[in-house]
Amino acid sequence: MKNNKLIEEKKVKAEMFSESDILEKKVSRKEFIKLGAIGTILATAGSRVFSLHADEKQQLSSQNSVRWGMAIDPKKCKEGCTDCITSCHEAHNVPDHHDKKNEVKWIWKENQQTLFPEKVSPYKKNENNLPYITLCNHCDTPSCVRVCPTQATWKRSEDGIVMMDYHRCIGCRFCMAACPYGSRSFNYKNPRSGLDKINSSYPTRTIGVVEKCNFCAERIADNKEPLCVINCKEKAIVFGNLNDPESEIRQLLEKYPSERRKVELGTGPAVFYLS
Amino acid sequence: MIEQGFKGSKKFKLWLLFLAGIILTAVATYRYQLSEGLTITGMSRDISWGFYVANFTFFVGVAASAVMLVIPYYLHHYEKFGPVIVLGEWLAVAAVIMSGLFIMADMGQPQRFLNILLHPTPGSMLFWDMLVLTGYLLLNLIIAWKTTGIIQSKAPAPQWLRNLTYLSIPWAIAIHTVTAFLYSGLPGRHLWLTAIMAPRFLASAFASGPALLILLFKLQEATNNYKFDPKVYNTLGKIVLYGMIVNIFFYLMEFFTAFYSNIPSHKETLTYLFFGLEGHHKMVPWAWASALLGVSGIAVLGFSIARTMQKGLVFSALLIFFATYIDKGLILVIGGFIPSPMGTITEYSITLPEFIITAGIWAIGLLIISVAFQMTLNLKKESERP
Amino acid sequence: MITLYNKKLTLIFLSVFLLVFTMPFWKNMIKGSELPNPVLQTTEKECVESREYMRSNHMKLLHEWRDDVVRKNNREYTNSKGITFKKSLTGTCLGCHQNKQQFCDSCHEAATVRLYCFDCHNDPQIAEKSSNEGFHEKQ
Repeated sequence: MKNNKLIEEKKVKAEMFSESDILEKKVSRKEFIKLGAIGTILATAGSRVFSLHADEKQQLSSQNSVRWGMAIDPKKCKEGCTDCITSCHEAHNVPDHHDKKNEVKWIWKENQQTLFPEKVSPYKKNENNLPYITLCNHCDTPSCVRVCPTQATWKRSEDGIVMMDYHRCIGCRFCMAACPYGSRSFNYKNPRSGLDKINSSYPTRTIGVVEKCNFCAERIADNKEPLCVINCKEKAIVFGNLNDPESEIRQLLEKYPSERRKVELGTGPAVFYLS
Repeated sequence: MIEQGFKGSKKFKLWLLFLAGIILTAVATYRYQLSEGLTITGMSRDISWGFYVANFTFFVGVAASAVMLVIPYYLHHYEKFGPVIVLGEWLAVAAVIMSGLFIMADMGQPQRFLNILLHPTPGSMLFWDMLVLTGYLLLNLIIAWKTTGIIQSKAPAPQWLRNLTYLSIPWAIAIHTVTAFLYSGLPGRHLWLTAIMAPRFLASAFASGPALLILLFKLQEATNNYKFDPKVYNTLGKIVLYGMIVNIFFYLMEFFTAFYSNIPSHKETLTYLFFGLEGHHKMVPWAWASALLGVSGIAVLGFSIARTMQKGLVFSALLIFFATYIDKGLILVIGGFIPSPMGTITEYSITLPEFIITAGIWAIGLLIISVAFQMTLNLKKESERP
Repeated sequence: MITLYNKKLTLIFLSVFLLVFTMPFWKNMIKGSELPNPVLQTTEKECVESREYMRSNHMKLLHEWRDDVVRKNNREYTNSKGITFKKSLTGTCLGCHQNKQQFCDSCHEAATVRLYCFDCHNDPQIAEKSSNEGFHEKQ
């Protein structure tokens, strides 16, 4: 009798416990789902806001037909020749202030040691001095575009060129800090004081804005190739549409091994150096 | 109310005039910078951020440190801080204004600054920094102004004022975290690409801000007939001590990762700063000065707190303030650009015009603080009169 | 009834303020203003749009052209008559109105509206043509 009572009590208690347990679980599960839903919405919205520009532009650029890129063959580049640099800088009114502090450059020469130190073997001397043309890489996910607070620099969706709007630039130089390649220059001085002659068919810039190579966007609008490409007598620079498998640049890149600067940083450069 | 801020001894009025003189000189120098360009500073193609941005970073930290007075009083009911919180909030107001002025001084096209609001860019940390800093300025301005306004009436703070003060706690953390995000998300700058950038910023802020408050309070006592509660100094000293210990601990963590991993990109900047690299060693004396000032500051501070020695406490606050200023103000920002993306080293030194403009902004900050502190304390004195 | 806290100082500063505030009016009354007389000096008979439109809207047009060319890569403008022009300050506008001083500056200086366009964009009369025309004309 007593045993039965005890068993009965235990049963009732067990039932009570399990019921309240279930209730608790129900309540906490409800809470959990509520919190989870709110959290997911916030997280998605938050990350969406943050990655709005990069993602949208990346999607667009991969969907579109054109993605301009360059393939540079350092072996063809002649020692002492600066035709690409001169033609670009003269046509675009890039100033020369004759000092490193105020230097403005869109395209210049480095060597393999500087751009690809990991590729240089201490035991193979010949290739260490090959000139490597350096310019803005017009990256897939450019960090400079991501940090610009005014969208004075942005990645064009129709062809992937990273553009500059000198009217909007506030000269904060955040893009210069963000660019891992050192491709950008700032006008610390009035650029016109560093120009002996001005090409009147292209504007200069003004003091206090950042500038860089624009893949000759004004020429591409006329279906012409960039100046560095056409002025290289050795044809060391090939320019073309990376999205077109039939293009000359794609065929070169499929035939020969190539490398890009600092790929591990995830920027996705569009400038390839043929090995 | 604000006219109370200009009432004081002859020395005080001379001090204000002295600050005005520095400001006018700086304004003239800034006009020179507007016409010649930022070439008059020490910045170059490789070092594109310099003394202005470094000062900006430091003073955002000082502004954030007001939270170190608010939390003990509002969340932990540390009554001793009651009379002095408003001074911390005024310091926050002055510090945020200084930060904004440093950014304006650094811009190549400052008249275009509204472009940040006209073309909002949620992906850019600079956009968020402008928003949170402006918000923090407004928040602290309202709080400080209202609190100062009710000193005489001795009325209790209205609920909305308390709510705004609670809001300022996470907001203070936000301003310095977002400022750290300016640096810690950049892929090519390995000195800055560290997860503990924001924690380092906060620790250094919580050391430098209260240290500055200690110095300002002492200055106030020396120039007025006013005595702060000695326990306030002691507690502020404890906050500085813990903040600085954490700051140095974080710094040592950076050293460990850099040198134990032996990875060149991690090591190079710290090597340049503390030991010199490839014959370049301009920053080495500054780096060690900061380290020694910091460590000795901790030692003197710990000792002074234990023995309740106010003179030692104030002296150590000076040491720690300079240690954190040199660290954030010189080493961190300029160090991030060395070596350049090409692996080359370009060095940086401050030019005279750059120094004068910086001094002018410091003078503006000191002017705001002097007037605000004087106003608050004059009102307090009047309210305490029988 | 207004109580002046400090009558002498207040009246002095008030009069100085009013003097400075109304300066544009009395200064021009003394000096006498001349109407600006822009010289069109055009090579074409018709502008991109009508004279009335250009008088009120040329800045709006230029701003639209600026954003269209730089940000949208949209370099051609079809006017209300269906004629197409290239959107270019130096090329199209100054291509016809060749004397910037007599055209743009005459009004802008009278109205004291500083033009910053020419900080970057070239005034073809001043900028020397690049002698290396060959470089970028090659194709």
